[in-house]
Amino acid sequence: MAFDKSEVEKIAHLARLHLSSSESEEVAARVSDILGLIDKMQSVDTDAVAPLSHPFEAVQKLRPDVVTEPNRRDELQALAPLCQDGLFLVPKVIE
Amino acid sequence: MEFETVIGLEVHCQLATESKLFSGSATQFGAEPNTQANIFDLALPGTLPVLNEKAVAMAVKFGLAIGAEIGKHSVFDRKNYFYPDLPKGYQVSQLDYPTVGKGTLSITLDDGSEKIIGVTRAHMEEDAGKSLHEDYQGMSGIDLNRAGTPLLEIVSEPDLRSAKEAVAYLKKLHSIIRYLDISDAIMAQGSFRCDANVSIRPVGQTEFGTRTEIKNINSFKFVEKAINYEVRRQQELIEDGGRVVQETRLYDADKDETRSMRSKEVANDYRYFPEPDLLPIVIDDEFIEAIRAQLPELPDARAARFVGDFGLSDYDAGVLVASREMADFFETVAQRSGDAKLAANWVSQDLQALLNKNNWELSESPIQAERLADLILRIKDDTVSGKIAKTVFEAMLSDESSVDAIIEAKGLKQVTDSGALEGLVDQVIADNPDQAQQYRDGKVQVIGFLVGQCMKLSQGKANPAQINEILRNKL
Repeated sequence: MAFDKSEVEKIAHLARLHLSSSESEEVAARVSDILGLIDKMQSVDTDAVAPLSHPFEAVQKLRPDVVTEPNRRDELQALAPLCQDGLFLVPKVIE
Repeated sequence: MEFETVIGLEVHCQLATESKLFSGSATQFGAEPNTQANIFDLALPGTLPVLNEKAVAMAVKFGLAIGAEIGKHSVFDRKNYFYPDLPKGYQVSQLDYPTVGKGTLSITLDDGSEKIIGVTRAHMEEDAGKSLHEDYQGMSGIDLNRAGTPLLEIVSEPDLRSAKEAVAYLKKLHSIIRYLDISDAIMAQGSFRCDANVSIRPVGQTEFGTRTEIKNINSFKFVEKAINYEVRRQQELIEDGGRVVQETRLYDADKDETRSMRSKEVANDYRYFPEPDLLPIVIDDEFIEAIRAQLPELPDARAARFVGDFGLSDYDAGVLVASREMADFFETVAQRSGDAKLAANWVSQDLQALLNKNNWELSESPIQAERLADLILRIKDDTVSGKIAKTVFEAMLSDESSVDAIIEAKGLKQVTDSGALEGLVDQVIADNPDQAQQYRDGKVQVIGFLVGQCMKLSQGKANPAQINEILRNKL
């Protein structure tokens, strides 16, 4: 399965990654190789195998519904570049 | 051309847990910004999710209430998109293996018939934070208190055929959720949110038309208005030779219209994949049965019992069971007063009118179930008439004393002493000789006027049945 440069650019954009034109081409070639391997794997008959959602043979532990985290706003906001009125400030985003 | 409307609803319901879905941060509504957002909620590197058992239990409880298949093996997935109020860059949700599978609930249509509406699924996911776009130095402000609050997204089948049916479904869902006590479900606070998928098709056509998704509907009233607007818009578009475009539209309540959201660039490419930080959730029968054992009596069953045990009409029963609090209130009044019919009337009419007028929650009413039952007992034993009872009811609003004390203090006790009543009747006959003569001459309906005069003279305190009898005897 071939993967071209424009698809790489689309995914890079969705992931907010900047790739130069030559990088996009290189990545397209490498991803095509990986997909080639996956194509090969697709030919294996897996009809009788349940999908694996996690490689560990374990199940999720649950925690009781208890508030354990105190308010640490001041410490946490000290890590942020800009805050005001208790809010984190980010470049204006409006849909 | 005649069109048929097809609606499916997606409801996001915040689960009323103390802590978040994957972290131990608090979930109180209305807290100061970012005081309930900690390292995991802020997506600091190295933090990992730990699933809240109560949230899982609440989702299962909902599933059982709508007779749904419970996913014994459910999986969380990452839904990837960038937005500042989603610090991880993905929302943890469930795609292929939700906790709650197919179920149903029934709604009552205008003609009194029942219609079964399919619920496709209900999955758990985390809520996002809030972006505030007021001017903060030309920037947006982010409050992450809500980020990570557990949500149950309940998706209906496209089984709804009108805005009215959509509202009935939404109200039923709301009622069930409140009975289960798994969410505050307050639309105005965003703990119960509704998106509507709306399309139309020519009557008789089996394929669905192109749908639009309406967001930002934050009251039951707006659900109906937004859908009706959108149906009209699509109809006019098609009749003018246009085509409906699949898109997300925002409802603007002030203008009563929906408008196209500038479509998010490369929309809906969420690149879901299984969340590697969480293992599959395995729910065993023991867990499910323990929750089933805690299920309360649900609105439909309760309404049926009210009809069967108390002899209420389907309509009265339906009104009373709509909220669990109201149904509990009614039941207390009915049991204590021993008169379900009177209890139903007082609760669904006088009390309801009082709550509406003052915009009170039931818990805020100065008249609680016990005192209302006591008032009904005094109507039943003829201490007060039904009419005077309304005066007592009014007095109870500003006076916390017992019903008997209020009746006593205000001198509202019904006069049943026949000597006193006879005196009253004698005076009315003497004051209204013409009407008395008319009665004797056979114009019997004049009795109504004379009884009215007696009641007036007694300031409503005479027993009308007794007055009636004494009048007839004397005339």
